[in-house]
Parts: sequence; structure tokens; C-alpha cells
Amino acid sequence: MDSRDANSSETTNVPVNPSSDSVFSHVPRAPEIPIYAVMTACSKDPSPLKLNLGMGVYRTEDGKPLLLNVVRRAEEILVNDRTAVKEYLPITGLPEFNKLSSILIFGADSPAIKENRVTTVQCLSGTGSLRIGADFLAKHYHQDVVYIPEPTYSNHPNFFIAAGLTLRKYRYYNPQTQGLDFQCLLEDLGSAPSGATVLFHACAHNPTGVDPTLEQWEEIRRLIRCKGLFPFFDCAYQGFVSGNLEEDAHSVRMFVADGGECIVVQSFSKNMVLYGERVGALSIVCKNADVASRSESQLKLLIRPMYSSPPIHGAAIAVSIMKNREMYDEWTIELKAMRNRLMSTRQQLYEALLQRGTPGDWSHIIKHVGLFTYSGLSEEQVAFMTREYHIYMPANGRMNMAGLSLKTVPHLVDAIHAAVPMSTSK
Amino acid sequence: MSSWWRSVEPAPKDPILGVTEAFLADPSPDKVNVGVGAYRDDNGKPVVLECVREAERRIAGNLKMEYLPMGGSVNMVQETLKLAYGENSEFIKDKRIAAVQSLSGTGACRLFADFQKRFRPDSQIYIPVPTWANHHNIWRDAQVPQRSYHYYLPETRGLDFAALMDDVKNAPDGSFFLLHACAHNPTGVDPTEVQWREISYQFKVKGHFAFFDMAYQGFASGDPERDAKSIRIFLNDGHFIGISQSYAKNMGLYGQRVGCLSVLCEDEKQAVAVKSQLQQLARRMYSNPPLHGALIVSTILGDPDLKKLWLKEVKVMADRIIGMRTALRESLEKRGSTLSWRHITDQIGMFCYSGLTPEQVDRLTNEYHIYMTRNGRISMAGVTTGNVGYLANAIHEVTKSA
Repeated sequence: MDSRDANSSETTNVPVNPSSDSVFSHVPRAPEIPIYAVMTACSKDPSPLKLNLGMGVYRTEDGKPLLLNVVRRAEEILVNDRTAVKEYLPITGLPEFNKLSSILIFGADSPAIKENRVTTVQCLSGTGSLRIGADFLAKHYHQDVVYIPEPTYSNHPNFFIAAGLTLRKYRYYNPQTQGLDFQCLLEDLGSAPSGATVLFHACAHNPTGVDPTLEQWEEIRRLIRCKGLFPFFDCAYQGFVSGNLEEDAHSVRMFVADGGECIVVQSFSKNMVLYGERVGALSIVCKNADVASRSESQLKLLIRPMYSSPPIHGAAIAVSIMKNREMYDEWTIELKAMRNRLMSTRQQLYEALLQRGTPGDWSHIIKHVGLFTYSGLSEEQVAFMTREYHIYMPANGRMNMAGLSLKTVPHLVDAIHAAVPMSTSK
Repeated sequence: MSSWWRSVEPAPKDPILGVTEAFLADPSPDKVNVGVGAYRDDNGKPVVLECVREAERRIAGNLKMEYLPMGGSVNMVQETLKLAYGENSEFIKDKRIAAVQSLSGTGACRLFADFQKRFRPDSQIYIPVPTWANHHNIWRDAQVPQRSYHYYLPETRGLDFAALMDDVKNAPDGSFFLLHACAHNPTGVDPTEVQWREISYQFKVKGHFAFFDMAYQGFASGDPERDAKSIRIFLNDGHFIGISQSYAKNMGLYGQRVGCLSVLCEDEKQAVAVKSQLQQLARRMYSNPPLHGALIVSTILGDPDLKKLWLKEVKVMADRIIGMRTALRESLEKRGSTLSWRHITDQIGMFCYSGLTPEQVDRLTNEYHIYMTRNGRISMAGVTTGNVGYLANAIHEVTKSA
């Protein structure tokens, strides 16, 4: 190996192009993504009292990340399987994964599945599925307006914008009631242009924790079908609301049962604790098998120039779990345990606030579902709590209940109690 | 009420994957698959490297599946940059490289194309003729206009160097070029070192931007340092290059989708800025990249013994391919073929552009159950001591009247 002298060139007298600057000198530094900024600040905070209620990842009662036992078992199986090779997956991913994911969300007896009207393709978790779904709409759907709930997962707009679609908001959360702004939701969707796509959170709305009731879902469904709007479901928390996978899929199944079409994206990041492996699926429920088949072929054309084919490992783990009855059952037990811990944490926080006599109605904490609760705290209050109590959450007051434990509830209550008098009209 | 999607056309079939499908459907015991570009051992079986198995054993079940940072695994990226830029690269020391983990080579190219579109919206990309088909799709979906430059000369089955240099000179100053760092796909034709130096010189004169797709480092000559020569030449000449790197072939991590996109910048500050923008672009595609493959790579490259084992295994793969090239050529010459087959051994890497016409390829498939893409590209990884004679015989039969 020859030594490298950076200044040497065997071609002498290389005329340096007058612009020896990088062609990317003008590139500005991107603004930091707020949630990451919060997390960075938290990790830099030396205080032993610090509490991370920010990013939406599950933590145990000890504040540690969790590896599901069933995932550990699945990995052991995979690593010891000498016949398993690491070849490219098909563009649409691991076929068995697609089949099982489809069944998970639509139900084994789903008429859409039986009639081959669904195409399900493996993508990179929920976000990857959202992007491909958005690109598909942009390319093949006649209407480029997409309605997203206000508020929603901070990254949602980016997929649709990247695809070149037009975003509009529909009212969702009512800060006064800290619940669903149902009438306004119906109003906004009712006045949407025909064919507009509407993004729904299938369950455990992020960031508010507010879900429609079944009756409300039914009304929404009727409105959507009546107005010819196109439903697009983001399902990232199946199992986290009721603790039951089937039950949490109700909203989606309602929209499939009426024979209509929809797009559904699934993430296994949270419910199988596979965040880093990027496991997800995109499904298009179509009127007939032929359309589903053609749509799938078009999805391939979107996927191939983006990353060719999805990563195998996480999907293989998910398959091991979903296809084995005993492992599937163990999974549901571990999932339910996570969900129960969230429920009990909510209860503890609520009761502690009551006991403390902290002014305000805190019942939304136990009414909200899933990982998050929209605390109702203002930006100023949040900043105060971060500064004085080392409590970290995004400025919108969204708290990740999974970041709390019996031990840390008192500290959070202290902080909220101290922050409440600062209340300015929101 | 009819479907929203009734006007959706069925997509054209992917030519390469279509070959494999046809191969799998063929019941003939003599069938040979020299289509898809994935490595096979001398028994025609896919290979999982021992270093990979060992790495997987170490990481299985030990780690929590947490999100990687948006730019991916820092360790993996650092090790990967060393491979491309050099173990002791000053650019790495000076933190001048904006680099993110990517979804293998495809993902790296796409991220770069999106980045190019956003920050050099008036630019276009010069792509060699021919190239890996997906290159066209990538820059098209990124909405970057494409131009082509001469590369392969059918008459010589070699590099069309004069025409290539003309295209470089005639392109407007500051054009963006896609270059295959080594083991050109699909032709197997690489510039010589002297030719690379001339290309680099001309790029300097014209102020062109060089984007290297390096999907076969180590796989071409068996020596990763040697395979990075083109890149090192450009770096020495002071170019600010971009590189896409993939571990799909050289570590056999195809399905894990592990790679890296890097862009060399003027200074650390600019590298930070560029990296932040690349992360933003990735965020709206898939948020953050997958963990498993990155862990395998950093486990291997971070352990001197495992790294040594990897280098040995890569050389074995490369040597087998080189051996098969020699065997195929000799086999053809032995059969008395009057055509020149020296390009089989002149070309390098996984593929050989045989020079066979589509009609000849069809005959190979229909009469001999030999499967390859209709452009005559042979995946040498599919050639074994067991089938090289059969393959040579068949090629001879369909070409002897040519």
C-alpha cells in the first residue's frame, strides 16, 4: 500500500478551477427537529432527577428500554437457523410477513383478504409506509388534497409534502374539554372537496391520546363514504389501547367491512418493540383483486428507486412471533403488560395530582389512551418544568406515560403543581 | 361505485427479477442461472460469511431494539468511511465528511439524488451507458434530469475512453457525473488507473462533481484498498466528491440493506450542515435506518480479528469469480471458438458483458435453459466448475455462426 501524500498528483500543473469551493457551500444547516432537540437536552442534563417524557419509546418501571422476551426468543431461533440466508427480499418484502400483518390488522376472516382485494407490502416501519402510501396517492390518485388532524404526529406533514400533495387540517382536539372536538371534526371533513384523502390515527392518537368512541367512528365512517373521501389509516399502537389486538383494530375493520377502499399503514416499532429494525406494512384495500394486483405492481415502482427492497431482520422476527401460536400468545401477554403499566401509571399520576390538590381537572390523564397524554400544560409551563425540575417533554405538553414510574410520579407532580400557577390563557 | 384505482396500469415487469422467476419455473435439471447479481459459491449456493455469522451470534438478543439516530449508526459510518477514504484519511480526522447510514447503495444514491435536487435544482446527472437500470429510476424519481455519457464500446467490449472524455469535455462546466468506482455494472469494464487520472484531471478543469457508486469494494480485485483507487485519485486531486457504499455484496448483507452516503465538504461546519440536510431528507422517507445490518458491520469492522476474517472471505469470493472468468474463457477457446473472448478476463467484478445479442440470449434460454438478462450480461457469480463447461458449450453453439 503506497503512502498517500495529499498534495501529490501525478498530473502536474492541474489548473485549479476558479471555483474550488464545494458545490454545496451554500447548504444551510437544517433546523433541529424539536423532539430531537428536547432529547438531546435531556441526555446532556446531569441532574439525577431528570425525567424523560419526550420521545415515544416504551420504558420499563426502572426507566430502562425493554426487549420483549418473545423477540429475544425469535432472534435466537433466527441466528441458529443455518438455512436462513440473507439474500434480497422481494421488493414488496417478506411474503409471510405481509400475509400475517394483513391478518393482524384486518382480521383472519376479513372479506377483503378472502377476496384478494388487499395488497400488503413490507415497508420501513410506519414512516416508510406513510411515504410510499403518499407517493402512491400522488402518482395514481386524482385528488391531491390530504386532511390531517390538528394536532398530529410531527412527522406526518413531511411525507405528504415530500410526495407533492396539498395539506389541509381538520379540527381534532378540543383544548377546553381536552377531548375530541367531534362536531368540528365532522364539519371540517364535511366541507372537504370530494375525493380528498383523510388521515386517521387508527387508535391511540399521537400526540393527544384522544380517540373517537366506536359510535363516533361509525359516524365518521358514514360521512367519509357519503362524501366520497378516501380514508388513510396510520396504525402505530395496535394493542396499546385496550390491550387486545383485535379490539384496537376496530376502526380500520369498520371501514373495510363496508366494502369501501382505504390505505392502512402499520408499525411494529412500539407493539413489538422493534423500533430500530424498522418493521412496518402498507396495505391498500381495493374494490377488486385485479386493482389490488395492479396497485401492488405500482408500489414496486415506487419502492425500487427508493431503497430497492426492505430490510429482512425485523420482519423475520415479526414472522416468527406471529406464525407460532405459543409465541403469538406470549407476545400478547407482554404487550398487555406494557399497556397495563401505562394504565396504572396514568392512574398513579392522576391520583397523586388529586391528593396534592393541584388545581385543575386532571381526569384527561386517565381518559386518554395509548402512550401519550396531552397534559394541557402550556409552552411556558413546560419550559419552567424543564428548567426547574428537569422534566423533558415537547413544547406542546405531550407526555410519554411510558417514561413515568411509581418512583418518579411524585417528582412530576411537584413540577406540575409548581407550574400550574403560571397558567396563562392557552 | 368503482375503485379509485381503476386507472392504475400494471407496472412493467422488472427485467432482472423476471429472469429469476423464469429460471425458478424451469423444470430442466440442466438449468443455469447467470442472471441476478448475488454471489454463489462453487456449488451454486448463496453464502453467509463466517464473520457475519459470528457477528450475529454476538449481537443476538443482547441489545434493545432502540431507534438509531437519524444519521444511523455512528460506529458503522466511521468504519465505512475508512474503507472508502482510507484508514488514516485526513478528511475523516478533520471531520470534513458529511455521512449518514443509508439503505444500502440504492438508498445512498436516492438520498444523494434528493439532496442534489434540493440544493442544486438546476443541475442534472450524467449517467454512463450502460448502467445499472435502477440508476435511471432513482434520479428520475428525485426529479433530476438525466444526460448520458459514453462508456461501453461494443466493438471492443471495453471502455469507449475517447468518447467518454469527449462527453466530459463537452458537458457544461460544473456538471454532475455518476461514476462506478470499480466493477462497473453491468459491463465489468473499468477504466485503468491511468485513465482514471485523466478523467480526474479533466473533471478538475471543468469543475465537474463526481458521485461514485461503490457497490463492489473488495469484490472486484479482492483487495478493498485497490478497489477504492479511483476514489483515492479524485481525493488526491482535490475533488469534493460524493460516495454511495454498499455492504450488500462484499459482506453478503443483501437483505439487511446496509450502506452509507458520504459527501466531502470544505470544512467541519459545512459537513455538519450537509449532514443535517441529509438527515432531513431521510426523515421524510423512513425516519431512521435499520439497526441489524449496521450492528453486523460495526461488530465485524470494529474487531481486528473479525475484520481480518472478512477480508479473507471477500478475497475468496473475488478469487472464485476471477477463476471462473479464466475457466469460461479457456473453455470457449478450447472449443475452437474463433471469436475473441478476452473480454471475459479483462472485465472485472460480478458481471461480464458477453457481447451476446438478445437473439443469442433467447436461444441460450430456450435451447439450453441458461438464464441471463437479454443484454448479454452474465453474472459470473452464477458460474461454477460444475456448469462452466456446459455454459461454454452453449455459448459456443449459439455464436459459432456469428
